[in-house]
Amino acid sequence: MADQTTLLLNGAKVAVSSSPDTPLLYVLSDELQLKGPRFGCGLAQCGSCSVLVDGVELRACATSLDAVIGKRITTLEGLPALYAQAKGLDRVPQFTPLQQAMIDEQAIQCGFCYNGVLIKATELLNNNPAPGDAEIREAMNGHLCRCGTYPKILSAIRKAADAMGGAA
Amino acid sequence: MKSLTPKTPVALTRRDLLKAGGALVVGFSFCPALVNAQPARAAIAGPPDPQQIDSWIAIHADNTATVYIGFAELGQGCSTALLQVAAEELDLGMDQVQSVGLDTHITPNQGGTYSSQAIRRGQPQVQRAAAEARQALLALAAERLLVPVASLRVDNGLISAGGDDAAFTTYGELIGDQLFNLPFTGSAPVKNVADYRVVAQPVRRKDIPAKAAGTYSYMQHQRLPNMLHGRIVRPRGQGAYRNGIEIVAVDAASIANIPGARIVRKGNFLGVVAEREWDAVRAAEQLKVQWAQPQALPGNAGLFEQMEAAPTTDRVARDEGDISTFANAAVKTEFAANAPYQAHAPLSPNCALAQVTADSALVLCSTQDVYGTRNQIAGLLGLEATQVRVQYHEGAGTFGHSCWDDAAQAAAMMSQLSGQPVRVQFMRWDEQGWDTYGPAHVGKVRAAADANGKMLSYEYAGWQHHWSLVDTTLQTANGVAASEWPAMNAQQINPLVLGGQYSIPNIRLVNHHVDGLDYLKGAWLRSPLDLAMAFVSEQAIDDLAFQLAMDPFEFRKLNILDQRWLGVLEAAASAAKWQSRPAHATSEPSSQIVQGRGIGLGTHLASWGGAVAEIEVNRQSGVVRVLHLYGAIDAGLVVNPSNVENQIIGQLIQTASRMLHEEVTFNTTNVTSLDWSSYPILRFADSPQVTPVIVQRLNEAPLGAGEEVMAAAAAAIANAFFDATGKRMRMFPFTPERVLAALA
Repeated sequence: MADQTTLLLNGAKVAVSSSPDTPLLYVLSDELQLKGPRFGCGLAQCGSCSVLVDGVELRACATSLDAVIGKRITTLEGLPALYAQAKGLDRVPQFTPLQQAMIDEQAIQCGFCYNGVLIKATELLNNNPAPGDAEIREAMNGHLCRCGTYPKILSAIRKAADAMGGAA
Repeated sequence: MKSLTPKTPVALTRRDLLKAGGALVVGFSFCPALVNAQPARAAIAGPPDPQQIDSWIAIHADNTATVYIGFAELGQGCSTALLQVAAEELDLGMDQVQSVGLDTHITPNQGGTYSSQAIRRGQPQVQRAAAEARQALLALAAERLLVPVASLRVDNGLISAGGDDAAFTTYGELIGDQLFNLPFTGSAPVKNVADYRVVAQPVRRKDIPAKAAGTYSYMQHQRLPNMLHGRIVRPRGQGAYRNGIEIVAVDAASIANIPGARIVRKGNFLGVVAEREWDAVRAAEQLKVQWAQPQALPGNAGLFEQMEAAPTTDRVARDEGDISTFANAAVKTEFAANAPYQAHAPLSPNCALAQVTADSALVLCSTQDVYGTRNQIAGLLGLEATQVRVQYHEGAGTFGHSCWDDAAQAAAMMSQLSGQPVRVQFMRWDEQGWDTYGPAHVGKVRAAADANGKMLSYEYAGWQHHWSLVDTTLQTANGVAASEWPAMNAQQINPLVLGGQYSIPNIRLVNHHVDGLDYLKGAWLRSPLDLAMAFVSEQAIDDLAFQLAMDPFEFRKLNILDQRWLGVLEAAASAAKWQSRPAHATSEPSSQIVQGRGIGLGTHLASWGGAVAEIEVNRQSGVVRVLHLYGAIDAGLVVNPSNVENQIIGQLIQTASRMLHEEVTFNTTNVTSLDWSSYPILRFADSPQVTPVIVQRLNEAPLGAGEEVMAAAAAAIANAFFDATGKRMRMFPFTPERVLAALA
């Protein structure tokens, strides 16, 4: 078994034993059994496995463990805490405005794409609080949804931007 | 819990469930993280007796109800909709009803979740069971409160005698967590539509918050103690179905550097297992295997020629009047076009987890038919069906028979071979390469109208092979020969899509069944074959209108007698603000980008679908963009309009994807479209605007709404292409290469 490696995961230090060349996805989903990052293609083509690494969306299936040591990793599970920290909130909300907008829009069928969609849209809204329609589409274009919920996801991202005051 | 004894015997006896050997049904979870967390009311080899109320409904002490639903939640929201039906009849709130996961040891056998039938077949069963449970509960309440049943009112499970606020009881108080022990007769009256408060309302889905939070457990998240990770090892991309897989040699030393991994093999079934998932993944990639890979496929280039030349088994699906009237008709069209194999391509490949012992098997998978899968697994392992327990856990949406059975069988086989529980996750290339694809189609149509635009004759001939019956694991491990479904059991050419929308006096439809063993594996893919058939047929209908210089909407309207076809046609046209004019009325366009609009009608096995498409075509690059799709469905009573709107949106987007991008590619040896690069689908950037329209019919029986507007939308896109360019497409997807060839 490999030596212990320490990850900065969702605001906590977490020790893992996977070998350093293991793709981050398998560290998170197999060793740590997180439910956010998930296998979709293993080829960095679909975005199912996306996580934020120092605020940047990365494909965990194509990122090895040793590449993220010392960096801040945020998964879907950690988005509300990340939001609370960024906004200086006293307590962590159950959902971020983006997650809430997805629920309000009922923007879902199977929801398997939600991990990548929420991670990528969080990155987008962090960098650009008031994105235009073309900017949203461009940012999201590397994420696939097989159920065809694109129109509702686009609408939810716009509403989240509004709710967060970006469009004001 | 209060102890309660009815003063007089009614048709109801109650036993304490715990004393009866059952277990309390507690809590609620669509997809529990651990198998043991499944409520286990009847954890015995099922199916539970459908003639018992207890098989359908349990009332708990806390005044909530569990409804045992035999349909899979596939992301279509049927679990919410069927709970609405139960809540309506029981007069409970939506927060007082819950369901449990599909499980051969717990839930009734309502047949597979196929053909958009969860609501169609599920609604009447759940509705009547709930109504009968309510009737029994009211009889109990009447005795307890010493009032006549007729004076009782129920509100959120609180039963009160009319006008007397002091006299009340609750469902939970009357029977909480005890059995009804009542036969399900189906005789209890159901509510009048006018009294509905929950049904036909856009109730929010229960599964979305957990999915947004990342706490929802999909199939991929299920684990068992002492579990190994398994991966199948096969050639990259299937060959001809008949040949299955033939291993020539396996070089075990090639994975010697991965000590945690070991090979499992039975016959031509090959896999690797390891404690760590990454070890299994890389061992499967690294293992050197020599395969026999005969050149036994026609390849994309020779596909349609081989299908047409093949000996076929022919069946006349419809034959009325005299199609020789075609010869002397005023306006005639003859049109032939083809459709490709298309893949299910779920966003996550299938996953399954199995624990097999000498005399039992537990299999967790994403099957749409737990009882059907149970029988196959039993055959594979040499067990009795009742020794096998199959649980459904939601995976990524697959819209038809993807690799769930194959994955379930592979997990079971690897568990049997390794002696430990094994979780098998198909890799992207496994799922894309070993799918049972939506089969290719060749269609030829001849149609005619009189000079006034009334259709006279219609003739269609369609060629395709059937669904594959034997999955690859069974084929390779046990040497079971490849075979297709029995001829009459599957959807072949569909009279509802082939002229069935219209009133045509002379009509003849012929199905040419091609033996599928020399082709790729096939199975139903959302609205099976309908997109292909509507693509061919509705272009011919459009051509008649064009020749008559008639607006294609007006031409269709003139030829429709059925009010429900007319309803969806007009609903779609109205949503799109359709202006009457013949197609491609403009002179030859000079601009590089041209726009067009088209209309189409179609369905699957029931319901009615109409669609309008607005597209643009870049005549220089050959790139087609769908700008706006309008889709109307009449599915009778719509239980949850929000769900059905989502279904229409999904169908429209998926149809755009299938018409513009999706095609399984293969050479003479094997399938070559193995990932999202070689099998592209529609992306965010090109997602069209969508307008879903529900034609709500409160007094009609509820029908399917999960796939009934795709054929119409496919036809609308094809007809919009003609409107824009004056040319007809004879094959989809509309790749730039094909478009430029059509325009040349």
